[in-house]
Amino acid sequence: MNRLLGKLNRLIIASIILIAGVTAERTGLIEYLSDPYEYPVLFELFLQHLYIVTVSMTFATIIGIVAGIILTRQRFRRYAGVCMYIIGLGQTIPSLAVLALAMSFLGIGTRPAIFALTIYSILPIARNTLAGITAVPASLIDAGRGMGMPPLRILMEVEIPNAMQVILTGFRVALIINIGTAALSYVIGAGGLGDLIFTGISLMQTEKLLAGAIPVTLLALTADFLSELLGLLLVSKGLRLSD
Amino acid sequence: MITYESVTKIFGTGRDAVTALDNVSFTIPKGEIVVFLGPSGCGKTTTLRLTNRLETLTRGNITIEDQNIMDMDVVELRQRLGYVIQAIGLFPNKTIAENIAVVPKLLGWDKKRIWERVDELLRMTNLEPELYRDRFPAELSGGQQQRVGVARGLAADPDILLMDEPFGAIDPINREQIQNEFLKLQAKLKKTIAFVSHDIHEAIKMGDHIALFDRGRLIQYETPEVILTQPKNKFVADFVGADRALKVLGLMKVSDVINRKPKNILRGEDDAREALKFLDEKGFRYGIVIEQDRPIGYVNQKMLKYESGPVREFVEPFPLFLKERTSLRDVLSFMLMYDEVTLCAVDEDGRFGGTVTYNDIQKVVRESYADEAESREDEVSP
Amino acid sequence: MLDNSAQVFFLSWEHIWIVGLSLLIATPIGVPLGILITRHEQFASRVLGGANILMTVPSIALFGLMLPILSVFDMGLGKVPAVIALVLYSQLPIIRNTYTAIRNVPPSLVDAARGMGMDKWKRLREVEIPLATPVIIAGLRTAAVMNIGIAAIAAYIGSGGLGVYIQQGIERVYPEMILSGAILVSILAVIVDGAMAALEKAVTPEGIKVQRRLMR
Repeated sequence: MNRLLGKLNRLIIASIILIAGVTAERTGLIEYLSDPYEYPVLFELFLQHLYIVTVSMTFATIIGIVAGIILTRQRFRRYAGVCMYIIGLGQTIPSLAVLALAMSFLGIGTRPAIFALTIYSILPIARNTLAGITAVPASLIDAGRGMGMPPLRILMEVEIPNAMQVILTGFRVALIINIGTAALSYVIGAGGLGDLIFTGISLMQTEKLLAGAIPVTLLALTADFLSELLGLLLVSKGLRLSD
Repeated sequence: MITYESVTKIFGTGRDAVTALDNVSFTIPKGEIVVFLGPSGCGKTTTLRLTNRLETLTRGNITIEDQNIMDMDVVELRQRLGYVIQAIGLFPNKTIAENIAVVPKLLGWDKKRIWERVDELLRMTNLEPELYRDRFPAELSGGQQQRVGVARGLAADPDILLMDEPFGAIDPINREQIQNEFLKLQAKLKKTIAFVSHDIHEAIKMGDHIALFDRGRLIQYETPEVILTQPKNKFVADFVGADRALKVLGLMKVSDVINRKPKNILRGEDDAREALKFLDEKGFRYGIVIEQDRPIGYVNQKMLKYESGPVREFVEPFPLFLKERTSLRDVLSFMLMYDEVTLCAVDEDGRFGGTVTYNDIQKVVRESYADEAESREDEVSP
Repeated sequence: MLDNSAQVFFLSWEHIWIVGLSLLIATPIGVPLGILITRHEQFASRVLGGANILMTVPSIALFGLMLPILSVFDMGLGKVPAVIALVLYSQLPIIRNTYTAIRNVPPSLVDAARGMGMDKWKRLREVEIPLATPVIIAGLRTAAVMNIGIAAIAAYIGSGGLGVYIQQGIERVYPEMILSGAILVSILAVIVDGAMAALEKAVTPEGIKVQRRLMR
């Protein structure tokens, strides 16, 4: 709870700073924003950005968690190290490169962007799922088995709940990176807030740049905060007590 | 009732193979606690885990109520047995109530029945339901957690409980208390219990029978008294400890040896000279002085010589009185502490019940060890 | 790719230069900060939180934000904002790892050192830092690999480096260029990761290595 409040605190402060920083450019920015031609564009780009992020995160989360779970199962345990290494390698490739490579194979637009973002976001989620479940004390699993809990029950009622905190952290990290990388996807034609940022840079139009950069930043910070909130919902109180 | 027939368990293969259990056979009678006892690695925990198929048998059979465990569905089998482990294993993400409710939920009991049972179990283990049912394991002390562990094992009212050093993680003071509580519970419930322990004291206290293991073999399977008084070989003798005579005394009570009608009784109002004559004639070195049905002390010949007047004036009071249920081990301890060879037992009102002398104790120990002494004369250490 | 070997070297060098410089600046800021907050716990959450926020800001947005601020000095584009942004980004892994590393030194050891009469700074030098170094290096390793990736993006604000291949490759629809850029950066990342891992190992006091091996 403290952590959450702290984050909220910081979120507010950060937002204030951002907005304050903007004041210097206010003339340009506010005009820009209130321009009836530009405002809907901004909104549309924002939605586009949100769309890419949401879709890719949904895929990445499902694949990541499932992959993480599978690699903890008895049969596949020995592949865990290798798999994680391979996926990890994928993350050393800079996000821009992943996007660019996706474009080479899938063309331009939102499709390659979503594809690239999904792949890029899988690692933190999968790795944390794997680590989280592996960290569940063996005595708990033993107790569960000994009592006659079927393996699926153990997974759902013991392993996942106890790993939730770690999994959620992985999700949060993935989400934040995703939002940032989605901004880059402009360069392969996927639109999003990156449009404003990159255009602003090339045209040296500060207001455009800020109109893109600030929402993206706020989006990332909000996502971070909401993820912590999610933690309150999903992580059992019994586990948070030991914090 | 659980029967183990020629149970053998080998881990690994080839050169690295480890024989954890070698041809073990015995039966746990219904309604009894059998303690699987032995040093680390002796196979006691393996035997337990084979029973609920957490480990697989290499050879042999285990039957529960004449049903081979391999013929049962493994999940159903485990749900039928209660399982309590040393690490306690309470799920931290569930409340106490949810933890206890696990097996009943698996069995499909209806909600009302489950929560009633949870409360019932909490009361049985001395945890007030209103206080504890919605708490989380992290909020409870080790002793409380283990009580919940026991409650969880009993939740579905299994006939059989498997317990793997269940009180091992608790500090010694609380451990004794929870052991006593558990024995009281067992007296009421009469479950069939397989109890793994490495502690001889715990085994003697808790077990109706003890199965003593060493390196995969079952060495001796008897009641605690027999194992203490007739250890089969050096291993058993060493394991139970050189002080086993004292341990045996721990199993016996004052009421087992009490002399209710000792001959050397004097009355407080008796005259000293008469008393002296009485003692001399009968050849008693001392006499117990009773007044109004209550013992007040003792006198010997030396104390009465040259004296006149009522005996009560010359009496040496007893340092303490025994109860009928006091263990003989404690009696011996008192005798040594106060340098007395005779002590009196009294009832709740302080009325005289009988005497226990050092000789009485020595006799009973000698009788217990009579067989052993005869058959192992050369092995008994001086 | 091989045709333009001179260019490859140049861009690679630029890339390494940016990342290296940023780390060179970031470390003397981050490590002491990390040590400081172990001594003054009350600031710990704020400092770590601040660094966390820095890392939450998407890289391109940070670059973007640098622009107006630095334009005043006519340094809005090019290597300067890139390096500054990278320095800011690396703070979290460096500070956090330093902080955690020192905190994880077994308190019994710190106590023993105290008992032997070591003052605060001596303790730091002889006990805490040597034991914390492997984890600190691990933090540097994370920062390095991360920065290599982000530096590729910095090409878009004119900082050069291997990101240029990717940028140009996209613009000119020249897949081989994109690939070479991507591969080169990846190779660089893997090499640096490996090198840092070796450094981590080299810096781990022999005693700890033995301890770890025995624990397996």
